[in-house]
Amino acid sequence: MTTLKEQLKQQIIEALNLEDIHIEDIQDEDPLFGEGLGLDSIDALELIVLLDKQYGIKLTDPVKGKQIFSSINSLADFVAQNRCK
Amino acid sequence: MMYSGVAITGMGIISSIGNTVEENYYSLIHKKSGLSYTKHIHTIHKEKIKVGEIALTNEVLEELLGLPNDNSFTRTSLLGAYAAKMAVEDAHIPDMSSSRTGLISATSVAGMDMTERYFHIYEQNPSLQKYIHSHHAGNCTQKIADYLGIKGMVSTISTACSSGANAIMLGATLIEQGVLDRVIVGGTDALCKFTINGFQSLLILSDTENKPFDKNRNGLNLGEAAAYLVLESWEQVQTHSKKVLACISGYGNANDAYHQTASSENGEGAYLAILKALQKANLQPDEIDYINVHGTATINNDLSESNALLRVFSNVPILSATKSYTGHTLAAAGAIEAVYSILSLQKATIFPTLHFTTKMDNSPLIPNTEVVHKNINHVLSNSFGFGGNCSSLIFSKCV
Amino acid sequence: MRVNNCYINGIGTVSAQALDFDAMKDNPAPLLASNKAVHPSYKEMIPAAMLRRMASGIKMGIFAAHQAIQDANETSVDAIITGTGMGCLQDTEKFLDNMLEQEEMYLSPTSFIQSTHNTVAAQIALHLSNKAYNFTYSNGSNSFEAALFDGMLQIHTLRAKQVLVGGVDELADKFDKLFRLVQQYKKTSDDINFIHPASTGACRAEGANFFLLSGEQTEKSYALLLDVFYFNKPRISLQDEVNDFLNRNQITKADIDILFLGYNADVNQQHWFDAYAVLFPDTMHAYYQHISGSFDTSSAYGLKLAAEILKKQTTPTSISYNHIKPRKLKHILLVNQSNGQDNSLVLIRAC
Repeated sequence: MTTLKEQLKQQIIEALNLEDIHIEDIQDEDPLFGEGLGLDSIDALELIVLLDKQYGIKLTDPVKGKQIFSSINSLADFVAQNRCK
Repeated sequence: MMYSGVAITGMGIISSIGNTVEENYYSLIHKKSGLSYTKHIHTIHKEKIKVGEIALTNEVLEELLGLPNDNSFTRTSLLGAYAAKMAVEDAHIPDMSSSRTGLISATSVAGMDMTERYFHIYEQNPSLQKYIHSHHAGNCTQKIADYLGIKGMVSTISTACSSGANAIMLGATLIEQGVLDRVIVGGTDALCKFTINGFQSLLILSDTENKPFDKNRNGLNLGEAAAYLVLESWEQVQTHSKKVLACISGYGNANDAYHQTASSENGEGAYLAILKALQKANLQPDEIDYINVHGTATINNDLSESNALLRVFSNVPILSATKSYTGHTLAAAGAIEAVYSILSLQKATIFPTLHFTTKMDNSPLIPNTEVVHKNINHVLSNSFGFGGNCSSLIFSKCV
Repeated sequence: MRVNNCYINGIGTVSAQALDFDAMKDNPAPLLASNKAVHPSYKEMIPAAMLRRMASGIKMGIFAAHQAIQDANETSVDAIITGTGMGCLQDTEKFLDNMLEQEEMYLSPTSFIQSTHNTVAAQIALHLSNKAYNFTYSNGSNSFEAALFDGMLQIHTLRAKQVLVGGVDELADKFDKLFRLVQQYKKTSDDINFIHPASTGACRAEGANFFLLSGEQTEKSYALLLDVFYFNKPRISLQDEVNDFLNRNQITKADIDILFLGYNADVNQQHWFDAYAVLFPDTMHAYYQHISGSFDTSSAYGLKLAAEILKKQTTPTSISYNHIKPRKLKHILLVNQSNGQDNSLVLIRAC
């Protein structure tokens, strides 16, 4: 699970072009949206693409995505349970 | 005959609900939708999304326009030339060079329909390289201008989904300010994989028919179309005893400045644009008889637009969303909806909205769903685009 | 029609030349076949969260717009109008390329969102929280002039007091390769000569040039923008178009002190510019695309130079094309075109 979390952090940094952020800067329990990492609705759409591309998970409802993307912890849990790749 | 406003002396349109003004009108009053699965675009989304596709192929359009075999028209320019030619014929312009004439056209797709076909194979295919020149927006307009024999002020506006309305707005200003005597204004966009995939990546395409202003709306259908109006100065109208179809009495553009694609919840940009249009037309809100809403059927737009309307109007007039017929035709939308607004005035008819069943949760507004015969003097037409670009036009009967 | 004068009160630029380049005294760095802009640091102006997504054009546009407003000592504007020949080409290319390579799978919405032509104008509005009139023109080599005309009209008709007008275009690797294929831009091996061009294509570059137009003259004013006109092709002849334009402004050819031309080292374009040049045989001819490089809205750089000349009442030798010296610096006429199409005339006067 730790490896998955680190992997997710790296993938998020690359997909969202977070140039000045490193894996160590993202805490597992910190909010990803709003405060914390400060991602927005466009980033949410990018994360949906990431889930499909890297893990074969198809999310069509961005509203559902909000819950899943609330932190690295919740995201890793969701991916671990639903991944096809 | 005088009215405050700019005279419209001709119009032309091609859309998924008809190849002429008359055909479009027939479809509107007979509730004939133009939405279907695409026949011409090869996309992985082919069987999942409906679009408002025009049946005529590029080859047929080229033939109808009498173009030589070695032309480099893209589908966007073909549709544009087709509709603009009809508008010019409707306005009975015998000689394009007889007065100061311009063309202001709008497009967002431009030549992308060809670019996406050949992007990776241009190098090995010299005969296709002519389409490289056709990629940009200005070239599309250039082709229409050359086709119609227009020499003068020619330009292209590209502000996403409000482009067509903005082209009409600029044209009206040019006539009012005496810069031109006559101007052809409108917009054109063809369907292409680029836009289909673009909107798909935003998760705002419906997997059924679009349901504007409906509680269960789930996104838009894309469409393709082109429409143009001919605007003329009152001097031209009087000197040549022109018939006037309607007038542009008001217009306004404002920016939502909220988000790159989403509209603000209180519809600030839309609200400001509508107010500007009313002010320009010297009309009170209660003088508007009918609204052709932007009504794309996305969760975001319809609520935002509804909120804007509720802020402007103490009693929101009867409204309908014609994108339920044609899909969202992007840069052409403001122009085709201008034609529908003019038809409304001419035929004293308010068109239905298709696919509506249930009122939105957070809005009291219910779109009109039947053909209503009612004398109309002023129609408001809204077009809101990406980048917060909000435009409203008011079309009025000429006294 | 005209009710109100229109002044150029502020200018902002990102170009292929160094950030501190001053055309009035420095020699321009020579151009290559393809020239990236010299980018300033954007992070002081644009938050990291937004900067990370932005392609060159958006960054350059926001910076130059901001600079123009500051230069004019203003804080807000009543309209934002941009011109761009090719739009946001980098994001267009990214989305298109990925769509084709990945067969329509896993596509990034960010590059689609930013591919629309009005992205720069929209981002400027967002950056300034500006809800005013916002238009974008995209019409090849007179895209900027169409925006300038609209801005001028807003001022003349009292619809606006301060208008931000700009031109932006950016490089894009794969699209540029295609433009080189059809000889619109030079290949690396091509000879570059602006006075006696021998090779086809122009020197590709990118840049943003913004102007703050105002109905009021201030101590910051560079020049009076007297008139703008654009046309696809001449109705009868170029001579007639130019004469009509000057007549409308109640001046003659003899009143023009400098004629700015978009000579771009493309042997195929030379005669089109010469057709304008021959109409003013006794006037100083100036060129500027050897400084800015060439892109659809590079004529905006020409306007920047012309405005600076009128303000400072001095002419740099580096822009002289025909070595005639002007007797005074009052009226400058700028002309541009591409392949005989998308013509424009811009007339400015010293304050």
